[in-house]
Amino acid sequence: MAVQKLPLAKALNESLRKALETDPKVLIMGLDVGKLGGVFRITEGLQKDFGEDRVIDTPLAESGIVGTAIGLALRGYRPVVEIQFDGFVFPAYDQIVTQLAKIRARSLGTVKMPVVIRIPYGGGIGAVEHHSESPESLFAHVAGLKVVTPANSSDAYWMLQQAIQSDDPVIFFEPKRRYWDKGEVDTEAIPGELHKARVAREGTDLTLVAYGPMVKTCLEVAEAAAEEGKSIEVVDLRSISPIDFDTIQASVEKTRRLVVVHEAPVFFGSGAEIAARITERCFYHLEAPVLRVGGYHAPYPPARLEEEYLPGLDRVLDAVDRSLAY
Amino acid sequence: MTVESTAARKTTRRSSGTKRTASASTSTTKKTSTRAEAVATEPELVQLLTPEGERVQHPDYDIDLSAEELRGLYRDMVLTRRFDAEATSLQRQGELGLWASLLGQEAAQIGSGRALRDDDYVFPTYREHGVAWVRGVDPTNLLGMFRGVNHGGWDPSTNNFHLYTIVLGSQTLHATGYAMGIAKDGADSAVLAYFGDGASSQGDVNESFVFSAVYNAPVVFFCQNNQWAISEPTEKQTRVPLYQRAAGFGFPGVRVDGNDVLACLAVTRWALERARNGEGPTLIEAFTYRMAAHTTSDDPTKYRRDEEREAWEAKDPIQRLKTYMENEGHADAAFFEELEAESEALGKQVREVVRAMPVPEHMAIFDNVYADGHALVDEERAEFAAYQASFANGEAE
Repeated sequence: MAVQKLPLAKALNESLRKALETDPKVLIMGLDVGKLGGVFRITEGLQKDFGEDRVIDTPLAESGIVGTAIGLALRGYRPVVEIQFDGFVFPAYDQIVTQLAKIRARSLGTVKMPVVIRIPYGGGIGAVEHHSESPESLFAHVAGLKVVTPANSSDAYWMLQQAIQSDDPVIFFEPKRRYWDKGEVDTEAIPGELHKARVAREGTDLTLVAYGPMVKTCLEVAEAAAEEGKSIEVVDLRSISPIDFDTIQASVEKTRRLVVVHEAPVFFGSGAEIAARITERCFYHLEAPVLRVGGYHAPYPPARLEEEYLPGLDRVLDAVDRSLAY
Repeated sequence: MTVESTAARKTTRRSSGTKRTASASTSTTKKTSTRAEAVATEPELVQLLTPEGERVQHPDYDIDLSAEELRGLYRDMVLTRRFDAEATSLQRQGELGLWASLLGQEAAQIGSGRALRDDDYVFPTYREHGVAWVRGVDPTNLLGMFRGVNHGGWDPSTNNFHLYTIVLGSQTLHATGYAMGIAKDGADSAVLAYFGDGASSQGDVNESFVFSAVYNAPVVFFCQNNQWAISEPTEKQTRVPLYQRAAGFGFPGVRVDGNDVLACLAVTRWALERARNGEGPTLIEAFTYRMAAHTTSDDPTKYRRDEEREAWEAKDPIQRLKTYMENEGHADAAFFEELEAESEALGKQVREVVRAMPVPEHMAIFDNVYADGHALVDEERAEFAAYQASFANGEAE
């Protein structure tokens, strides 16, 4: 069957399996990715089927994982690296920013860097410190990297394979609290472009832009708003670097109002970039300033407070009301 | 310079054989127990040529070179020093923004570099001009970064010589990953990774030791301990001799006289052979000295004494090989004269090429950022092109 209903996590697993089958140069690397199948079981069963030489359990050293992946890429491999949680990527940040992102430019384009770094990110699962963060802006700010995040099973399946096929380094953020959400995956479909945004729900009164874990929240917001007679369009960004501003612009020219929603802190977040660019592009179309809903400029709080910190239905609806009140 | 064919090198390799086992390597060095001993004294190190130019034997790492091979090593060192001197002059004349001199480290680089086969891969830091030379990299390619016209600018796969890496120690992980790839491919080449005593403090160097040991990667770590990390002496980096660190990671470490080109060649050849034979990584500490500043931007008189430099001058790597060759009749006066002329020609050529290096076109800012393209880069490129064009239009009016 080409069309299956899969949890997002399983769709990623199937995607990795397909990538390993298709290209012998693809390698999976990371902590616990082998026998355990990863702490979220994204790589479950892959080492059993493809061997320890292709699905590689690594020492506990993030910089080492990314740094050796760079070396393997120089040798012609296509490593797919797993960082166990968002907050643990920082020991590897130096390798990602100063090396991975720049080797192509430094070599005047003679060297490819087909490395994918998978990072489960975001909150909402009651985890301890460093297990719930959304550092996507820190990577999007760096030229040479691409940053993407799927919001559903189909995108999880297709976008990961597209990221692996890319000759550029891709930071692949996985919305961990959506791992268990099921969705349809058509494994024989022709996938859309990796960096193209998707209109997840059509509407006429206001545009919500979201990505990753917040797409589902925003679809729920649109549903709730519809009961009050408001027609909300939801754009799933899918790619944070580059950003498909054309799709956002088209939506905003139609609805004339924009609210950007993400879990990361609002300050210097991707919402700021979207607000600035859309204001430039759509200044005469906008009926209200672009509003943002996201995390606060505070360390990600202890789990018992995370529902206050994360944008939820009410906070987004409040922003929708504020925008519509202009 | 002569570059042996891979086939010829393979023949050499097959006949040379492994000289010793990993476990025996530590026996050549005295155990030092105090910090003072570790850094202030010069512990026993592998040496085949004394500072006075006397050939001495070593039970484990001896080497037999023809007069022609000796002349080749000498020539490499002399030309590398000449190139380095020219680059330093060019910096002083304002032609280069910065230069990191290798003065004093010629033996460490030529000796280790000449142990390589064509199919081996080198990961340098930013001072390996001598290694680049023996790899056949056009030396003027090394200057683009220092002149400010690029950040590297060569295709690493042409000479299996990776780009210079400025962030300390990062390249040791790339070297390890590349070596892991060699092992996966079932190839028998090896990787040589360079770093300094300062970089030995970096986490990446230590992580590369962990990874290479765990995966038994065919990589040789070549630490040029030139005694100074800018103004910080080695004792600010370590309390044990650096080569001894290898034991804690589970592979052999050897300290070699870094001003002795024969010893550097012999020990590196041995370590590369171990790597090829599937015996895993080796750490070589080449005990040497940076005679010049860290880069042309610092002033060594602020942090080190003249007597120290003078003591090392007496150990000069080039002079000691020259003395030996003269004493043994391995080279005649004509050789040295011809080499002098060749050095001058190289200096002249380097000077001319550097001065002629074009500033890249404005639009090069946007080149090679991504392989697959990127909407933002495309947009900004178009904006920038329009901005540049606005000047041209203004001039036309």
